[in-house]
Amino acid sequence: MSSAARDRIMSNIRAAAGDGSEVPATACLPIATYGPQEKIDRLKSLMEAVKAEIHVVSKKDWPTAVKSVLRQRKLKTLLYAPETALGPELEKAWQNDSEGLPELVVYEGEIESFKETLFQTDAAITTTVGAIAETGAVVLWPDSTEPRLMSLVPPVHIAVVESATIYNSFCEIIQTQSWPEKMPTNVILISGPSKTADIEMTLAFGVHGPKELIVFILE
Amino acid sequence: MFDQTAFNFKQNISKALGDRQLRANLKSAMDGLKAKRLNVFADDEELQQLRTLCNAIKKRALSRLPQLLEQLEEKCAQNGIQVHWAETTDAACRIVLDIMKQHGASRLLKGKSMVSEEMHLNQYLQKKGIEAIETDLGEFIIQLDGEPPSHIIVPAVHKNKDQIAKTFHEKIPGAPYTEVVEELNSIARKNLRQKFFEGQIGLSGVNFAVAETGTLCLVENEGNGRMCTTVPPVHIAVMGIEKVVERMEEVPPLLRLLTGSATGQLITTYVNMITSPRKPGEKDGPKEVHLVLLDNGRSKILADAELRQTLYCIRCGTCLNHCPVYTRLGGHAYGFVYPGPIGEILTPQIEGLDAAGELATASTLCNACEEVCRVMIPIPRLIRRMRTESYAKDSSATVKGHGCKANYLESTAWTLWAKMNTSPWLNSLNSRMLGLLGGLLPKAGPLKAWTSVRSKPKFAAKSLHQRVKERGVNRE
Amino acid sequence: MQAKRQYPSKPDKVYFFGTCVIDLIYPDAGMAAIKLLEREGLEVIFPQDQSCCGQPAFNSGFPDEARKVAREQMRVFQRDYPIVVPSGSCAGMMRCHYPELFEGTELQAAAEKFGGRVFELTEFLTRVLQVKLEDFGAPVQVTWHSSCHALREMGVTEDSKSLLRQLKNVELVELQNEKECCGFGGTFSVKHPEISGSMVRDKIDDIQATGAPVVISGDCACLLHITGAAEKLRRPMKGRHIAEFIWERTHV
Repeated sequence: MSSAARDRIMSNIRAAAGDGSEVPATACLPIATYGPQEKIDRLKSLMEAVKAEIHVVSKKDWPTAVKSVLRQRKLKTLLYAPETALGPELEKAWQNDSEGLPELVVYEGEIESFKETLFQTDAAITTTVGAIAETGAVVLWPDSTEPRLMSLVPPVHIAVVESATIYNSFCEIIQTQSWPEKMPTNVILISGPSKTADIEMTLAFGVHGPKELIVFILE
Repeated sequence: MFDQTAFNFKQNISKALGDRQLRANLKSAMDGLKAKRLNVFADDEELQQLRTLCNAIKKRALSRLPQLLEQLEEKCAQNGIQVHWAETTDAACRIVLDIMKQHGASRLLKGKSMVSEEMHLNQYLQKKGIEAIETDLGEFIIQLDGEPPSHIIVPAVHKNKDQIAKTFHEKIPGAPYTEVVEELNSIARKNLRQKFFEGQIGLSGVNFAVAETGTLCLVENEGNGRMCTTVPPVHIAVMGIEKVVERMEEVPPLLRLLTGSATGQLITTYVNMITSPRKPGEKDGPKEVHLVLLDNGRSKILADAELRQTLYCIRCGTCLNHCPVYTRLGGHAYGFVYPGPIGEILTPQIEGLDAAGELATASTLCNACEEVCRVMIPIPRLIRRMRTESYAKDSSATVKGHGCKANYLESTAWTLWAKMNTSPWLNSLNSRMLGLLGGLLPKAGPLKAWTSVRSKPKFAAKSLHQRVKERGVNRE
Repeated sequence: MQAKRQYPSKPDKVYFFGTCVIDLIYPDAGMAAIKLLEREGLEVIFPQDQSCCGQPAFNSGFPDEARKVAREQMRVFQRDYPIVVPSGSCAGMMRCHYPELFEGTELQAAAEKFGGRVFELTEFLTRVLQVKLEDFGAPVQVTWHSSCHALREMGVTEDSKSLLRQLKNVELVELQNEKECCGFGGTFSVKHPEISGSMVRDKIDDIQATGAPVVISGDCACLLHITGAAEKLRRPMKGRHIAEFIWERTHV
């Protein structure tokens, strides 16, 4: 989109910047490497330090684990994405026994029509594309099957991470998953429940984002 | 917010120094942040490597700014993000206003953005009958009180719980009086949640824009930024042109330094990377995303090889936290959006030395800022440059408003000083005079200022030059 | 900033640069420093034509005047001897900023060479002369104030403190906020006396909290400012340049 302002700014900058070829391209810092168990331990301890709740469970048991964690809370609704890998397994687990569990809810239509329901939903469960051990965060790539606001609006967010997708560092996941070639609409790194220290530097959790983040690491 | 026509630095300084609570709050907050930062960067070697790397990333990005901005614009356009260019803050405000008018919106939800403060966006919109609502908790608090931010990262650091409790109780309908931090946060959460729900247009800043992919990276802890950039159907991002980086890979080290320094964390709660508006088939996210690129003097700063380093700043706030002057004055005394050491070099270049050059005098050049600056900006050197340009009338000086302080008295004083220090007999005469009559000097001019804080200096009867001569130390 | 510095072996002759504040107000400190150097067998040369390092003009925004004075010092201290300076601030000016002052001019190389010959006093005593000190003084507690430039430009604070630690009857009690500026800052002290006053008050509190009866420093300008402010506040405080302190205690 061209405009007079753009042209003037660009011409000023071109005159100012010089050649730009003398400064060598920079390389990423060497990446710390953790062993597989170390990755899980580190991810767990870093995220727990910022009040995330972490459960390490076996791959085949995860729906049971999720159910028992949910039963400890009084939640009426759980938003889930039926078209993801989690969807059918959750549906099956609920079919077997949904005593004391929230009702499974689906993101119906676009936000414009779903907003009111979304803001009343108690919890949501999402997949992840990976996690980062160095800094302690899970990585989400929301898409048409698993919309962005699932991990933001409901006060409880449950994220499921496969331990094999825990990367050493942010740099590593970018490189290994070739992000520059295929950036989605939105990528979110989440390290814990929302927080602030704006009042007298006192840390408090549960501000505008979810009050609780529960992560299931599947071994 | 900041009423710049009435910027009286001396008055501000007096007021700030007299405010004991401000000092106490700042000291405890800055000490806390410094300690947390030490924890996060416990490995000094790693920290130094990071600093060197990020300095190089910024240096390269700025030396290729035209190409990177073009690439960013192209990628954004491909992905459906509309890019606008603003030479001045007024132009940027008008762009935001136009977008709001197009959508018939009367309310703007704001995430934290220093550039939007630089634009005085809230006041501009208010004059046009549009309400801009701050959603970052610190900004939310000071907005209720009609104050500007006092720190880049923690805008309400100057406020106590009881002050905030009073503000909430008086200004938020239905809010009870409570000084419990959790309860105060809940009040803010409830109040803003309704606004997020209703939101028509959301505005954010940009921490880093990646040219390679056309991605806007935003960091935050509260979730209000994600709310503003995801719930409303329109998202406007405002950004200084110096915030563009070349590659996605450069984001992790920059983020590591930014979050480690700004809030003493390994990573913020959220890192939000936006590459396009809602795509067909997607169910949420804004349908329109706008990126406003602001120049406001940055292209001029870029043109000077030394001053260009000002643009390396990633707005981490570390220099503020270590500055002995900032921690005594707080942000408001600086009168403009960016306080502390970075403010002393950035503000005069944007606003002109005539309007803001005085800021550069409020430094002892102790070098604490340079020691910690995450991207290795030689801040004291640039402060000195501001001072030099304040007096330089000729064309060797380039900063807006240069030469504004040039005056006969000071230039004569320094000329005489130089003469005395290049003439051994004059120098010797001077020291003899001071030795004899120094005690009689009237408390005028500099001596008056000196003795307002300290006793009069006692000049030695015999200078070292004399003592050495008498003793017979080899003079060669 | 001081990168890892290579130190020469012990020379026969050194230049001594007195600094303005020592010249006019604390000549005893200058004499003590000279004696310390002579005691180690050095011939100390004090060119009478010396004056100021130029820092006041440089920091105030008058680099042309600073250059005139800097050029003069480069002329006066011409020969290839080390230049010992009893002030971290003045040493920093000559070592770190003379090259900057003459950047892009024909004097750049000369300024860099000159800067390479400049040593702060305690740095020279410890790294080049490796002095061994014997303490004949009565037991005393002291605290140490480091000037910002000694700390950050010259990096000599640990050298200074190591000399104090060598004195067996001296107990060094460190300041809680040792790294914080005292508020002198050259012309800052008269351009912003209020802020300067606020900073020095905290420094005085810090010093008095140690309980030490005397504050030692490697920079007389800081001492002038701190002790002067203490006197004005009616909380008089004893300050001593490290050269004077060491000489008093180690010579019979």
